[in-house]
Amino acid sequence: MASPSNNPPLLEVKNLRVEFPTRRGTLLAVDDVSFDIAPGEVLGVVGESGAGKSLTGNAIIGLLEPPGRIAGGEVKLEGRRIDNLPYEEMRKIRGHRIGAIFQDPLTSLNPLYSIGRQLVETIQTHLPLSASQARKRALDLLKEVGIPGAENRIDHYPHQFSGGMRQRVVIALALCAGPRLIVADEPTTALDVSIQAQIIALLKKLCREHQTAVMLVTHDMGVIAETADRVAVMYAGRIAEIGPVRDVVKQAKHPYTKGLMGSIPSLGVRHDKLTQIDGAMPRLTEIPTGCAFNPRCTFRGSRCLSERPDLMSAGASRAACWLHDRGGVGAPIPSDGAKELVDA
Amino acid sequence: MPDGASMNQFVKIEGLKRYFDVSAPWLVRTLEGRPRQIVQAVDGIDIEIAKGETFSLVGESGCGKSTVARLVVGLYPPTAGSIEFDGNDMAGSRSRADMAALRRRMQMIFQDPYASLNPRWRVFDIVAEPIRAFGLAKDKADLENQVGERLRQVRLTPADGRKYPHEFSGGQRQRISIARALASHPEFLVCDEPTSALDVSVQAQILNLMVDLQRRLQLTYLFISHNLAVVYHISTRVGVMYLGRLVEVAPTDTLFRRPKHPYTRMLLDTIPDLDMTGRQRAPVAGEVPSPINPPSGCTFHPRCPFANERCKVERPKALPIEGGTVACHAIEEGRLGVEERSYAASAA
Repeated sequence: MASPSNNPPLLEVKNLRVEFPTRRGTLLAVDDVSFDIAPGEVLGVVGESGAGKSLTGNAIIGLLEPPGRIAGGEVKLEGRRIDNLPYEEMRKIRGHRIGAIFQDPLTSLNPLYSIGRQLVETIQTHLPLSASQARKRALDLLKEVGIPGAENRIDHYPHQFSGGMRQRVVIALALCAGPRLIVADEPTTALDVSIQAQIIALLKKLCREHQTAVMLVTHDMGVIAETADRVAVMYAGRIAEIGPVRDVVKQAKHPYTKGLMGSIPSLGVRHDKLTQIDGAMPRLTEIPTGCAFNPRCTFRGSRCLSERPDLMSAGASRAACWLHDRGGVGAPIPSDGAKELVDA
Repeated sequence: MPDGASMNQFVKIEGLKRYFDVSAPWLVRTLEGRPRQIVQAVDGIDIEIAKGETFSLVGESGCGKSTVARLVVGLYPPTAGSIEFDGNDMAGSRSRADMAALRRRMQMIFQDPYASLNPRWRVFDIVAEPIRAFGLAKDKADLENQVGERLRQVRLTPADGRKYPHEFSGGQRQRISIARALASHPEFLVCDEPTSALDVSVQAQILNLMVDLQRRLQLTYLFISHNLAVVYHISTRVGVMYLGRLVEVAPTDTLFRRPKHPYTRMLLDTIPDLDMTGRQRAPVAGEVPSPINPPSGCTFHPRCPFANERCKVERPKALPIEGGTVACHAIEEGRLGVEERSYAASAA
């Protein structure tokens, strides 16, 4: 479903730019990224390593590691700008209005404190509750995320939990203050497939019940296909395509998305060869002019080398590709890398 | 063994076991009265791999699949059981030269291309090492020729030999690992999660390369992975491992279309649905128990919806069925039928 819903978006990101000043010049890691998320909606952000998807997430929650910095654009949560807030004020929003879930549950938890203490501390930081009320809320949260025997487990330490259970604790921690938005950065990547399904089901359920918006950052197209309502595909710091998940997965409009979908082995038919995109994503220092994908693209034309495409509407989605512009791609030029792009 | 008699069994693994002692030090044990702790990483598995086929082992983390890979190439000595390679028992006492001749014929590709290449060596030396170690080059020119040829085989150029591993991307590094593995002209490659650390588009490049090389060089693969879609794509036959044991072995299509063991079915349920058929992944209850104290009987019984009293006490034997084997009492007794599964043929 396309979602031009009537209710105002919960999160609005406009022309976000993240850059890293280095000795050899400034690297633009996130370049002109815009999207919004409605309440209760799951927006998937996919891309390969180095595409800028995690940086986008970190910029939104105000956790960019220096020297990385927001160089332009704005981030609005419930209509209020949050990208230019002082550190202390941002700290209050983070944890209260925005919850964060990271990839490795072991590093997101303090090994020296029991999980109960960590939950109570977070709850009391953001909500005016007494110690006993906070502990009761902690217990309720642990039950909600499906930790069996929560009454006993609340006083255990992180090392006493398995990976899947730890990730549940991290989710409980993110939910402490009833956030409106959860930024989940590869929440299932460190987990086994069977546990992955449990965590995804849990995230979906929580999102539905609390009308929490979720920004789900992952490299796993399968997770997105099952979880997200809409998906943004990132390539070299920019959004290549954004649209309803069904359209992006089944009828990709951008050649990169198409290649990406084809390179995932599927169970339906056994191809002799997988579709492969030759070459690799450019380094940030060597982003080509025009469309960043052009050296690997089989459809490229003269226009792709010189002019950079912005997102334009393509069916139900929007894609940054001249194929969807009236002007077209210009005179065709065979791509450098593609010796044989076998479409079995 | 099913359909085994006709096949030329290239690699034969019988009753393979590997236990690890993870006990606290002796003094601590004595003072605190703690018992010894043994991890039964691999607990008696039998595998036969025919020449030219790709046999895959799948399972969740901690099921012992990587340990099997290391046992097969001899990185660990087995606790019990035997590994036969082309008719030669790997544990048999023989001279160093004989052993080296056998070792030359099997090589390994590791998961993490960032950790498996020496960062201080140039790519040329990395690829040349097996050639030097087994004395396969007549002189310097021959060595250079061979290394160049291997690099070309994995779609790199001989000029790349002068560079260091850090100058390459993850996918290119994995190509270097493959070039190194091919350098001694092996017949058998053990690949331990060779694409797990890579992005999907790069994974497709590496898988295509591996299939291509297998065809051209008549290689036999033992492929270890936790990714069922990758396994489906690349394998001839698949073995499913759970807590150090093989629960089911079957030709790829049979395993995916007519799964038998409840654990295999559970694993298949966890494959993300990319075809958007709306099928819900059934979240499976529970997690893999610790291999230190594995459950009695069939180790899967605490998570199995079909378990009964017999499953709790008696370890099931691998029984031949439909060209494979399955170790499950419920299947043996006919309590559990075979399930037919179909997959949407996605037009990619």
